[in-house]
Amino acid sequence: MKLALLLFFLLVSNFLPSSLAAPSSSGDGYTITGRVKVEGMTSKGFGVSSKLLNAKIILNGGQSVTFVRADGYFTFHNVPAGTHLIEVAALGYFFSPVRVDISARFPGKIQAALTENRKVLHELILEPLREEQYYEIREPFSIMSFLKSPMGLMVGFMLLVIFVMPKLVENMDPEEIRRAQEEMRTNFLPGSS
Amino acid sequence: MAIRAFLGLMILLLFSSTISTALFEDQVGLADWHQKYIGKVKHAVFHTQKTGRKRVVVSTEENVVASLDLRTGDIFWRHVLGKIDRIDQVEIVLGKYVVTLSSGGGILRAWNLPDGQMIWESILQVSASSKSLLYVSANMNVGKDNLILVFGGSLIHALSSTDGQIVWRKELSTNSLEIQQVFQPHDSDTIYALGFIGSSEFVAYYVNYKTGEVLEQSKASFESGFCGEASLVSDDVVVALDASRTYLVSISFRNGVINFHQMYIPELIPEFSGKATLLPSMHNGILAVDIASTIVMLRVKGVNELKIIEKINHPSAISDALPLSKEQQAFAILQHDESRIHYKVKFDTDLTSEIVWSREDGLASIVDSTTSELPVEKEGVSVAEVEHSLFEWLKGHFLKLKGTLMLANPDEVAAIQAIRLKSFEKNKMTRDHNGFRKLIIVLTRAGKVLALHTGDGRVVWSVLLPVLRKSETCGNPFALNVYQWQVPHHHAMHENPSVVVVGRCGHNFDAPGILSIIDSYTGKVHNSLVLEHSVRHIMPLPFTDSTEQHLHIVIDDNLHAHLYPKTSDSVKIFIDEMPNIYWYSVEVGKNIIKGYSLELKGELDMAENDFQPKELWSIVFPSASEKIALTATRKMNEIVHTQAKIIADQDVMYKYISKNILFVATVAPKAAGEIGSVTPEEAWLYAYLIDTVSGRILHRVSHQGAQGPIHAVMSENWVVYHYFNLRAHRYEMSVIEIYDQSREDNKDVWKLVLGKHNLTAPISTYSKPEVTVKSQSYFFTHSVKSMAVTATAKGITSKQLLIGTIGDQVLALDKRFLDPRRSVNPTQSEKEEGIIPLTDSLPIVPQSFVTHALQVEGLRGIVTTPAKLESTSLVFSYGVDLFFTRIAPSRTYDSLTEDFSYALLLLTIVALVAALLVTWALSEKKELREKWR
Repeated sequence: MKLALLLFFLLVSNFLPSSLAAPSSSGDGYTITGRVKVEGMTSKGFGVSSKLLNAKIILNGGQSVTFVRADGYFTFHNVPAGTHLIEVAALGYFFSPVRVDISARFPGKIQAALTENRKVLHELILEPLREEQYYEIREPFSIMSFLKSPMGLMVGFMLLVIFVMPKLVENMDPEEIRRAQEEMRTNFLPGSS
Repeated sequence: MAIRAFLGLMILLLFSSTISTALFEDQVGLADWHQKYIGKVKHAVFHTQKTGRKRVVVSTEENVVASLDLRTGDIFWRHVLGKIDRIDQVEIVLGKYVVTLSSGGGILRAWNLPDGQMIWESILQVSASSKSLLYVSANMNVGKDNLILVFGGSLIHALSSTDGQIVWRKELSTNSLEIQQVFQPHDSDTIYALGFIGSSEFVAYYVNYKTGEVLEQSKASFESGFCGEASLVSDDVVVALDASRTYLVSISFRNGVINFHQMYIPELIPEFSGKATLLPSMHNGILAVDIASTIVMLRVKGVNELKIIEKINHPSAISDALPLSKEQQAFAILQHDESRIHYKVKFDTDLTSEIVWSREDGLASIVDSTTSELPVEKEGVSVAEVEHSLFEWLKGHFLKLKGTLMLANPDEVAAIQAIRLKSFEKNKMTRDHNGFRKLIIVLTRAGKVLALHTGDGRVVWSVLLPVLRKSETCGNPFALNVYQWQVPHHHAMHENPSVVVVGRCGHNFDAPGILSIIDSYTGKVHNSLVLEHSVRHIMPLPFTDSTEQHLHIVIDDNLHAHLYPKTSDSVKIFIDEMPNIYWYSVEVGKNIIKGYSLELKGELDMAENDFQPKELWSIVFPSASEKIALTATRKMNEIVHTQAKIIADQDVMYKYISKNILFVATVAPKAAGEIGSVTPEEAWLYAYLIDTVSGRILHRVSHQGAQGPIHAVMSENWVVYHYFNLRAHRYEMSVIEIYDQSREDNKDVWKLVLGKHNLTAPISTYSKPEVTVKSQSYFFTHSVKSMAVTATAKGITSKQLLIGTIGDQVLALDKRFLDPRRSVNPTQSEKEEGIIPLTDSLPIVPQSFVTHALQVEGLRGIVTTPAKLESTSLVFSYGVDLFFTRIAPSRTYDSLTEDFSYALLLLTIVALVAALLVTWALSEKKELREKWR
């Protein structure tokens, strides 16, 4: 299923005009058309997931804002020649900003590159670099995590003292114990006198 | 002191090893709240034809288009359009699309009504000067492709409503045409477009709906001219106002014949004087005229018969007519009465009405905010209450324990979540030990002041300031700022704190100012006055008078200073402190920064208390190469814990800490515009650090090939600024840290011991400071809307930058990432100190978004307030939405987390005691056996 979908995408991209922009008839600027594509986002097939409903495409840090259509396409109209920056704001995904050069000398010639990794785009198809997970994953309860917690350490230490220490004492030579006790007594005596 | 500093540093080192704290998904809503708004509604369209969910689609002054549930007022969906893309009109077509016309008629977009997905977008050619009008045919013939007509100047565009394609375009061959009204008589293919050419000619076009062909046009000129307003009262009569706004002109245009009939308004309404304004048409033969604070409703019968139906005194708003059924229409009237609002619904026939829901949408346009402590808890809590709460507390904790041990069933999980969210503790109206509970007092653009509880964001009180309403003395009032006015410490049990709201009567600097003092607990207005002078700046001073009122200086347009409160006590304090008060003004237009002190000429007049400015210094930036883009200062109330910074190898650096540092960024005048308008060679940015007492430039740095927009934040001895690097075509952030060189010698311990140090020498801004500066730059991925820095009670906790990104999220970034001492290969000792290896760009960790999976639509500002607990800082961010949370930049090292399981602790102790008893019994037995042997 995924393969079929991919093929379909390829076909679609082949039919698309290879130039990213064309001088528009109205106004003095150019038109930038692009597309936001999120791989594997669709369970029902072709379309935009609910996450992309609120995706905004921002030109030059807020100079103009447009939205993604149902098929993922977006358009900026009346953009003058020069070097521009396109950002995609979509919750849950990290998109790299895109540098778009519109040549004044060769009308309609447009170059695009991701600014994060300098990858050159031949077509303005914007894909997220990664999905963003905003929450820490809570790890399921395990004995190890309990043992590592202060309470676990406390219990562990107590058990150690209760069960291991007597064993240690037992293993000692009775002679040695007596000697130690005597030593303690002698040490103790001058203090009390 | 030194020990405390050392301890502080130890704590810092201990806890700085963990990067920022992140949130688990089930912790959402524990310490944070998020509220969604849309702003003041400009235009509303009701969608009630079909059964099922009834909606209202609105466009607002915050440039939001939204779909609301008509029964509850909840938001189904909304979109915030770009700043320059103002929404002109909203309509619903075919019962399934919402169409918005924006950018002065330049862009037409269609949105899917159920979910808000954009369906299509069309660009229309418009002449900039004319007003645009959107017209959607009202007769709903299902199956037929409805056309959307857009009138802009002399052009008419007809677009298909299913795909936005232009079906036909017609240019009406007249210049300076302004279409006022468009309508379509029932069941006809002809559209009537009525408008004015120039100021004195009325024109009516009859256009074929399907082809755009002009069937007929008729013109007639009216010698005394029109003022450009018209209201359609019936299918063949339009009422307009003449150029002097004293005559009502009714125009009938039946069958292409235009007749004028003028009526002198004072003849109709005897008390009329001044100028009249027409209100939006009711379209059912009723005309509404606004004559100086009274709205008069007139019924129009024929061309020349007008009858007064009703006069409404001092209304503030009147709604559009809303068709209830085929015959009936209703409209609503709002009236202000002191601080209350009266709401009336009027019908052709009488019906009763009640308010089903209301939304506090003034909160979408906050201009300023401050915080206030809550009242101190009074004594006297009953034992039963304590017992009850103890039982609840235990029960809650056992449930939580079950949750952590993964033993809870889904019902119990839900119960745990509910306990957490509905925690009674956090919503109490009293001060708490940790300082988490506070009131956020916000000032909205309309002049409404609201107090929000930090626990759950509910509105505790709200007041619409009467002085900030349009009146004869104050033409166009608007709110500027809100400051703390009185914070009682000595009488905290008996006196309430208060805030002061500052406003201005008009948009010019010379308009008179407004002051209003409001009780922080109740919202009661203590005192409000329209000042005799204007308000240019307002400076809260760090002094209080004997009643604990904060001293404020208001600088007027002539740069004279006025002291508030105007008591003899405060004046005495002020005169004593006057030699130490310096201020500066930034004149962006003139490219000048000037520094002043205050002086008193002649005798002091108590009533006036007017102080003259004395210019001390000025810095003029060359306007050919630089333009002031931004200034930033430290927060006045920021607390710095230590001046020394211990670096690797037990070395010490002294921070240059001064409240008088001003950060100024200038850009090349050519590069003052948007990104993409200049080449890197034409753009540069200069960053200055200026001492505002002496006017000395402490540091200046240039960034070639950089341009704005610039955002900066300053704290302690550092400034961080964000700008665009055109060479790399990426955003960049730079940090400048400034250190005091003159104290470098104090590193020697022997000098300190023998007292040969200069630590006690007075620090004066007049002496030439010996400073060293360290700086570094990094790439940052996103555009920035706003920047702030965390603030804590004692300033011990490490700092985090709060960055409002273009995606309307707030990112918390450790200051350690913006440390100019970062290097590619830090030495072992530097690593121990916590210096992160240098990378070319700043990391964006998704878990460090303080807004987690939420967005603060239209983000405009981030405010931080210290809690009483040193580790914690309260963050309030506002835009169209509001978001509040508390963050602990170095984790909560001084308190147990919310998650701490008391039950588990109890269980452990019980287990230990049991083990103790068992082993004791065992050992007793063993001993006995030993003895028997």
